[in-house]
Amino acid sequence: MKNFDTIIIGAGHNGLICAAYLALGGQRVLVLEAADTLGGLAATREFYPGFKTSIAHSVSQFSTKIVRDLDLKAHGFKLGKALATVGLGDAGDHVIVQQGAVSGVSPDDASAYADYRQLLRRFADVLKPVWLKTMPRIGNNNLSEILTFARIGLKLRLLGKDDMGEFLRVAALPARDLMDENFDSDLLKAVLSWDGLIGSKMAPRSPNHTVLTMLYRMSGEYDGDHAIPAGGIGGLITALYSSAKDAGAEIRTGAKVGRILIEANAAGLTATGVELVDDEQIMADRVVSSADPQRTFLELVGTQNLEIEFSNRIRRLRCDGYVAKLHLALDGLPEFSGLERSDGRMIIAPDLDAIEFAFDDAKYGESSERPVMEIVIPSLHDPSLAPAGKHVLSAHIMYVPYRLKGGWTDEAREALCERIIGTIEHYAPGIREQIVHRELLTPLDLEQICNVTGGHWHHTEFALDQMLMMRPTYEAAQYSTPLSGLYLCGAGCHPGGGLMGGPGHNAAHEILK
Amino acid sequence: MNTEDRWAGERLKETHFHPRQAVLNLRDAWSSWNGYKFADYYYDAEYEYFCVRNSCGTYDICPMQKYDVSGPDAEAMLNRMVTRNIANMMENRVTYVCWCTDEGRLIDDGTIFKLGPEKFMLTCGSPCLGWLKKSAFGFDDVTFTDMSDGIAALSIQGPTSCEVLKKLGLEGIETAKPYDIMHFPFHGSSGDTLMVSRTGFTGDLGYELWIAPELALDLWDALYASGEDYGIQPYGEAATNMARLEAGFIMPEMEFNEALKTVHFQHDQTPFELNLGWLVDFKKPHFNGRRALLQERDKGPEYTLTKLDIEGNKPAEKAYLYSNKRCTRKIGYITSAMWSPVVKANIALAMIKTEYLQGDIWAEIYYEKELRQTSKVAKCTIRKKPFWTPARARATPPHAY
Repeated sequence: MKNFDTIIIGAGHNGLICAAYLALGGQRVLVLEAADTLGGLAATREFYPGFKTSIAHSVSQFSTKIVRDLDLKAHGFKLGKALATVGLGDAGDHVIVQQGAVSGVSPDDASAYADYRQLLRRFADVLKPVWLKTMPRIGNNNLSEILTFARIGLKLRLLGKDDMGEFLRVAALPARDLMDENFDSDLLKAVLSWDGLIGSKMAPRSPNHTVLTMLYRMSGEYDGDHAIPAGGIGGLITALYSSAKDAGAEIRTGAKVGRILIEANAAGLTATGVELVDDEQIMADRVVSSADPQRTFLELVGTQNLEIEFSNRIRRLRCDGYVAKLHLALDGLPEFSGLERSDGRMIIAPDLDAIEFAFDDAKYGESSERPVMEIVIPSLHDPSLAPAGKHVLSAHIMYVPYRLKGGWTDEAREALCERIIGTIEHYAPGIREQIVHRELLTPLDLEQICNVTGGHWHHTEFALDQMLMMRPTYEAAQYSTPLSGLYLCGAGCHPGGGLMGGPGHNAAHEILK
Repeated sequence: MNTEDRWAGERLKETHFHPRQAVLNLRDAWSSWNGYKFADYYYDAEYEYFCVRNSCGTYDICPMQKYDVSGPDAEAMLNRMVTRNIANMMENRVTYVCWCTDEGRLIDDGTIFKLGPEKFMLTCGSPCLGWLKKSAFGFDDVTFTDMSDGIAALSIQGPTSCEVLKKLGLEGIETAKPYDIMHFPFHGSSGDTLMVSRTGFTGDLGYELWIAPELALDLWDALYASGEDYGIQPYGEAATNMARLEAGFIMPEMEFNEALKTVHFQHDQTPFELNLGWLVDFKKPHFNGRRALLQERDKGPEYTLTKLDIEGNKPAEKAYLYSNKRCTRKIGYITSAMWSPVVKANIALAMIKTEYLQGDIWAEIYYEKELRQTSKVAKCTIRKKPFWTPARARATPPHAY
């Protein structure tokens, strides 16, 4: 008995994108979402009566190709103007990065920034073909897969000798070195490092993939500037839903998958459908999971159905999240000292050491004494998120460990929340009096609310050893998996997480091939 | 003076039978196996070999790795790990198995003893606790205990071995079929102090005895008392290697390189290359390496381990093989070779490129004749069956002497 061509587990943006492409390709598609709302980490939820927001609060790299392919504009998607990124200064001396220019720094830094941005844009251009392509399989000499690499190689070569050398030099450089080489202003250095670090277990002094993360985030419409779509992040999810629905995909919420059904016979093992936690069974030709790799393989498939080395590689994926989320329901618009407009993306991290020290606390399992954070007031962009005249403040807090020493008790949560609000208060005196309700979501909470292992933004660490054809690990890096009939389409696959849509797009492409 | 041994931790360990074996090792010919002092031979390798073939010999298998694998998930965990299906194994039976990496490359071979519904013993040549633990990930109810030091194990092989065990008082041992396990009281103790399996590595009639270490020397003494009139003699690694080659059994670091210890790409082997395809049960829906092995089966192995009968009497050790007498087209290499006294033939195991198995095979043999190095090219004939496979190895009850 077969009900669908494809069942997709999870209606995050990647699940929806994959569904839309497959449905457009003529498949009968069913999307199953465990939560009652669509969107996963981008879902909009009411955290206090009348106040709503989403975990992800801005978009920096959503694929313009996907917007075109799925005709998302016709479904109501419209990316807002690029947001200013504001480094909040101690005494109102803020650094503002906007539209390719920076203010609040010395003329030297301002001109260095122009060069720096120019160079990064050229590098980002080199990598652009990588993100929406299936990576070559290790040991496979398939011509079209190898051409992907050849194309990158060629683009890299066309940068010219100097820039190519520079690209290879900085690709795995710690953020700190890159910033110290280019700028004087401590605040500017902190602000410009931010997008290379957030969401990872990485600090300014960590060598690995900071620059690659920056370049990945620069793959969108505004070359890395963040923006908020019309209708907020919810606007993006609604457009994706509408597009998938129009294409013919069926989408069910509140349908949590308990396990992937596997047929075992002389032909081997094949995924043939799913069983929901309420025991309902649904059959399909294939199952595509946008859940994270550990959840997919270790919980839904079960290691006994996998191979030994493969399952151990999945086990050792690094999936602990380090970003917490603060939501404040406010009865008025908060005022930040010396800041005219608070409709940008405000970063509280006075210098690189502040970020590094916050990381030091977290890497030993402590919650940071002086947390660093990124703040957005989403209700300024989407008034429907709060009652008239009231506002929502949304903040990503670094670094907050998934595994806190002593565990995430109410006291631990409250103490951290208090420290965060104290920090914000330093820049926005009077905000405390405006707070109607507050909610702190640790990575552990994110794991539970969004069904994502470790509460990790990218499902598993976005790092050199877990990138490209190693994401999540070889044998599953081309969206198909060792289990026949099972595919991946979530952030744990190439190219990775963030609101980009690459995995959903690439997986659908592989399936339709 | 400080009498403490500075190198105590570096010295080879002594097995549970060492005190008796040390006395009998007239040539002090020791080598090592898994950190144990281990006899290469005792007096003369060929003499020991003839004892195994004509009367009986004992071989110390204490250094062999033995793991107790127990728990409700033990069977499922082992069955996913090995290529053979062990789900229908009866209790008190032994089966020969091998296990592979995800890529279908051989890690090791060994035996599984089913001792209870949820109790197994796995034996193998090299330590594999790490692989067992990896294999158990996802199987919550299974425990491993390394019993390598905790069991004294002695192999007794050869035509008179059953008779010696009867003399030892093991009532009904003659009813044990190949791969059966039986339990006996020993030395006045009741119950199942002594475990005996009809297994071995010589291709002949033989048994392996398993007992608690504190009873090891008592067992040795009783066995040698019973065996006095039956030509019992300890034998070492050298004689074992001769006997196993005649039986066509593979040896690590000769026929195969354990996959987990192999550095170069595909310098390890698949079961199909080693002629162990019969151990790979594709009727079993899932086991480690299945996908890769299915591909290998369908396209055929690059090399095939082949039994060769080589003209002349010069052992073809380490010889290259060619498809022509002029030795211009290399097609493989010898892994083990000997003059077989019992078969009266110059035998060898060889890895040969599968595509050349139908044509001529020539070995370029280098040998020494009273210090003069010389070489010859000898024609090889493929043998399908093991060189030495006597009916007595399978007869139940075995012939009484």
